[in-house]
Amino acid sequence: MTSRRDFLRGTLAGTGAVAAAAVAPRAEARPMPERSPDAVGLLFDGTLCIGCKACVSACKEVNDLPLDYNSPVDALWDTPLDTTARTFNVIKVYKDGDLSQKDSVENGYAFTKASCYHCVDPSCVSACPVSAMTKDKVTGIVEYDANICIGCRYCVAACPFGIPKYDYDSPTGAIGKCELCRHRTEDGQYAACAEVCPTGATLFGKVGDLLEEARRRVALEPGGTTVYPRGDITNGPDQSWEGPVANYQQHIYGEHEGGGTQVLHIGAIPHQKLGLPALPEYSYASRSEGLQHGLYSGLVLPLALFGAMTWAARRNSRHDDEEGGEK
Amino acid sequence: MSSHGHVEHAPVGGRLFTPVTFFLAMLVILALAVLGVRFIHGLGAVTNLNDGYPWGIWVVADVVIGSAFACGGFAVAALVYIFNRGEYHPLIRPALLASLLGYTLAGVGVLFDLGRYWNFYHIFLPGYAHVNSVMFEVALCVSLYIMVLWIEFSPAILEKFGLKHARKKLVGTMYIFIGLGMVLPMMHQSSLGSLLIVFGHQVHPLWQTMWLPLIFLLTAMLMGYAIILFESCVAAAGYRRSVEVHLLNPMARLMLWLLAGFLAFRFADLIARGALGYAFEGSLQAIFFWLEIACFALTFYLLRSSEARRNPANLFLGGVALLMGGILLRINAYLIGYDPGAHWSYFPSVGELVVTIGIFALKILAYIIITRRFPVLPREHAPATH
Amino acid sequence: MHKELKELAEAWYARPIEDRLGMTRRGFMQFCATLATTLGLSRGAEAQIQKAIEQARRPSVIWLHFQECTGCTESMLRAEHPTLEKLILDVISLDYHETLFAAAGHQFEAARIQAMTENKGKYLLVIEGAIPTRENGIYCKIGGHTAIDLARECAADAAAVIAIGSCAAWGGMPSTSPNPTGATGVDSILDRPVVNIPGCPPNPYNFLATVVHFLTFGTLPEVDHEGRPLFAYSRLIHDHCERRAHFDAGRFAMEFGDEGHRKGYCLYKLGCKGPETYANCPTVLFGDVGAGTWPVGCGHPCIGCTEQGVGFEKPIHTLAQLKSVHPPISFPRIHEQQGSGAKTGEAAVIAAVAGAAAGAGAMLARNLGKARPADAPAERTDKDGGSA
Repeated sequence: MTSRRDFLRGTLAGTGAVAAAAVAPRAEARPMPERSPDAVGLLFDGTLCIGCKACVSACKEVNDLPLDYNSPVDALWDTPLDTTARTFNVIKVYKDGDLSQKDSVENGYAFTKASCYHCVDPSCVSACPVSAMTKDKVTGIVEYDANICIGCRYCVAACPFGIPKYDYDSPTGAIGKCELCRHRTEDGQYAACAEVCPTGATLFGKVGDLLEEARRRVALEPGGTTVYPRGDITNGPDQSWEGPVANYQQHIYGEHEGGGTQVLHIGAIPHQKLGLPALPEYSYASRSEGLQHGLYSGLVLPLALFGAMTWAARRNSRHDDEEGGEK
Repeated sequence: MSSHGHVEHAPVGGRLFTPVTFFLAMLVILALAVLGVRFIHGLGAVTNLNDGYPWGIWVVADVVIGSAFACGGFAVAALVYIFNRGEYHPLIRPALLASLLGYTLAGVGVLFDLGRYWNFYHIFLPGYAHVNSVMFEVALCVSLYIMVLWIEFSPAILEKFGLKHARKKLVGTMYIFIGLGMVLPMMHQSSLGSLLIVFGHQVHPLWQTMWLPLIFLLTAMLMGYAIILFESCVAAAGYRRSVEVHLLNPMARLMLWLLAGFLAFRFADLIARGALGYAFEGSLQAIFFWLEIACFALTFYLLRSSEARRNPANLFLGGVALLMGGILLRINAYLIGYDPGAHWSYFPSVGELVVTIGIFALKILAYIIITRRFPVLPREHAPATH
Repeated sequence: MHKELKELAEAWYARPIEDRLGMTRRGFMQFCATLATTLGLSRGAEAQIQKAIEQARRPSVIWLHFQECTGCTESMLRAEHPTLEKLILDVISLDYHETLFAAAGHQFEAARIQAMTENKGKYLLVIEGAIPTRENGIYCKIGGHTAIDLARECAADAAAVIAIGSCAAWGGMPSTSPNPTGATGVDSILDRPVVNIPGCPPNPYNFLATVVHFLTFGTLPEVDHEGRPLFAYSRLIHDHCERRAHFDAGRFAMEFGDEGHRKGYCLYKLGCKGPETYANCPTVLFGDVGAGTWPVGCGHPCIGCTEQGVGFEKPIHTLAQLKSVHPPISFPRIHEQQGSGAKTGEAAVIAAVAGAAAGAGAMLARNLGKARPADAPAERTDKDGGSA
């Protein structure tokens, strides 16, 4: 009979092995991917947004989405409170005080657009157990396939922006989120929200071009005028217009946040006031997957553990075996 | 070698239809009614789930906590087979049964919660499997472990039907399943913690740590021992059997050492991350953190000395306190400490509660039926008169 | 004026107003009500207006033209309720108007001087067109006098000064860059308050209502910071536009003649200045021919003609700056409260379960405690479903 001391030693050794396994990945968090050179995305400029919601209605139309009511009593208008499984894109408003000044933190208001950010290293893709949520290698669009999805909603919980949404009101509910109108690209069209935006507040294009445009805008002298492109900055026809320059925050949201996103935000009031979380420069997915890779890379650790356990069990259950035979 | 290897198991016997089983069956039927509505009208019809809290108590209570409750089999198997403490052998079968029921119903509970349950088999299709996903790991391991548990428990079934030859064959290879039965729970119980890592800042710093897998694994083992304390006492009381204090007392002592190690580690991690300060804020999270810690501390108090541990009431309450600590850790990490933004709120609906209660009722009901008819509990020298 | 003519005129005015205006009594009452509505006056005001028009001595009106296109006058002539020529001949005494007068030369200028003398301090001065100021205003002269001098001379003894059209209001078209003549609005060269009725052309009823307000109440209507009557210029075109629903729904005409344009979608993207222009065009309409008869109604974007800094200043295709400062309620805020907290039902279920579990647990513990030493059988206790 083994002593308690042996048992404790064994327990501690086992615990130590697991602990060591958990330590290992900390040192080697999975490296984060780079943006694909052909990655497409959106640039949202809050100073240009006039709150017309053309993007909201166009999104509904091209994605064939039903109306979304926030109150069962007054089901007259499409009034989603946020993005939902039936609303992939929403214009939200920041309000303060008497609302007299656009793009002012105090006594002002500002618009922002909520839709998928198409992260460079998306949590939802990392979370999905069945590859229903995937990231296109070329366009970088985070795509969803309801036919694969098992509806576990891990993506819903994991997204730091709260973008994938599940339809709880249907017995066959699916996840709904912006897929940058990938179903329209075959016809040479692009994201409908950018296509209809009257001011170019939502601009479509390759992320490199969008980043360049964003950097150009935030560097402009406030109060001057500049030319704002509309539609598709990379391939579209020139639809630019000239307008006044707002007092931009010197930050391009999405350039580095959470490992970078393909939908970038610039504007005149701090991004955190507009509900955009302050994210670290690393992606959460790189942490989570780094840990998993450390624990399970090549299944070395589980197999070693399994070998040890089986060996011990065989040694210690031989008696059972005989006992079984006796019966 | 095991010195206590020879254990005889026997059905407890007695009536299956009693006021208790009837009451439990009623709870199960109520849950089935709610589930009927859920499958016809969708999750929103019976749950308070929303896009801020896409996981409610069906995930946290039925699966995360339910499976931790079911770690008794794993915990005792570790004692008996890995650390060769054969004297605990009598505890194995009842613990295995509880694990079997716990995991099977956790697996079934997942199906209730899955929005697109008919696609569940995609987990097993290599073309769809996403190996980087923590959820994939959990789903696969839990599914495999449920199978392993049935195999581990099958000798009891084969004995019941007198299939001695099949039983003998099976027992000869049992050590493989015992090995799997050790590795799989270690993998997915730790992964139930890893699940939260990708949530990033959405999980409160008191719980968000890269050490979550270890924290969840250690507490799952602790809860496994605690559930054995709990179960032994309840089964003894229910079937008017004697409490196996001679086994539970030393086991509880070992459990305390593990608990002490866990708590030391928990605080070391909090201090190392500089997160302990959050415990002294006047927040709901801080209150629940201290509740969680208080439950663990209470276990220490109740099981403080060998004298205290000889009192079955203390063994029972100590088990309950430790279980509560483990439950709170899981509720805290998944719900109280999960913050998708202050504008989201969630509290389980009556429908959700009814289903969760129904699942636990079904576990107890099945436990009663199986222990009365199958050779699970060790044969008593003074047989139950029930 | 000849004595005979004066007598004739006296006799003319002795007749009932509806005869004089060539309209039925009912038509006249409708006209008064229309004006009262345009002015945004309270119920009963139409009676006051009716009384004022019937009884008041026709006020003398002197109408000056400077740098303009006479569009304002043309627009006035096309009013229908009643026809404006009836009105300007019968309701007011138009004693000087370059376009409408048959007289010419010195005779014409004499009429102005005579009217000013006879109605000193009582006549209304209406100015149409911008006033050039560069090089002492030599770019616009009438009868040898510069516009500046004429305006100042006539304004000195006027009861009130009304600047009609955008040119008179702030300089309008002639004042656009590079503004070679230094064209400016009337109020910048006069030291007295001026009521501006901007528009290119302005709606005749806005002018008429201002005059009738003066007739009825003896005062000019309330004005905004740009001297525009509030009854006509306090509301944003965008807020009353018949196409507003399309704006709110995000349906825009992208170019002239496209599907959206044909379907009557919002013209914002074509450069409509409705969102930054204050005027009552969408509610009063033009030309008295019914619905849709205003620029946006006809499918052309508003050019912002009543708004200094917009009309003639911003290119027609340039996007407007939205002036509706209060975003409508239908925008979700950044964080909207969602989900449900604990309610009575749920709390009751949890309390019941917790109570049952605690009770069963306590009972179990008590019985287990009694059962010491361990080998003695425990007291009978039923397992409780809630104890899990």
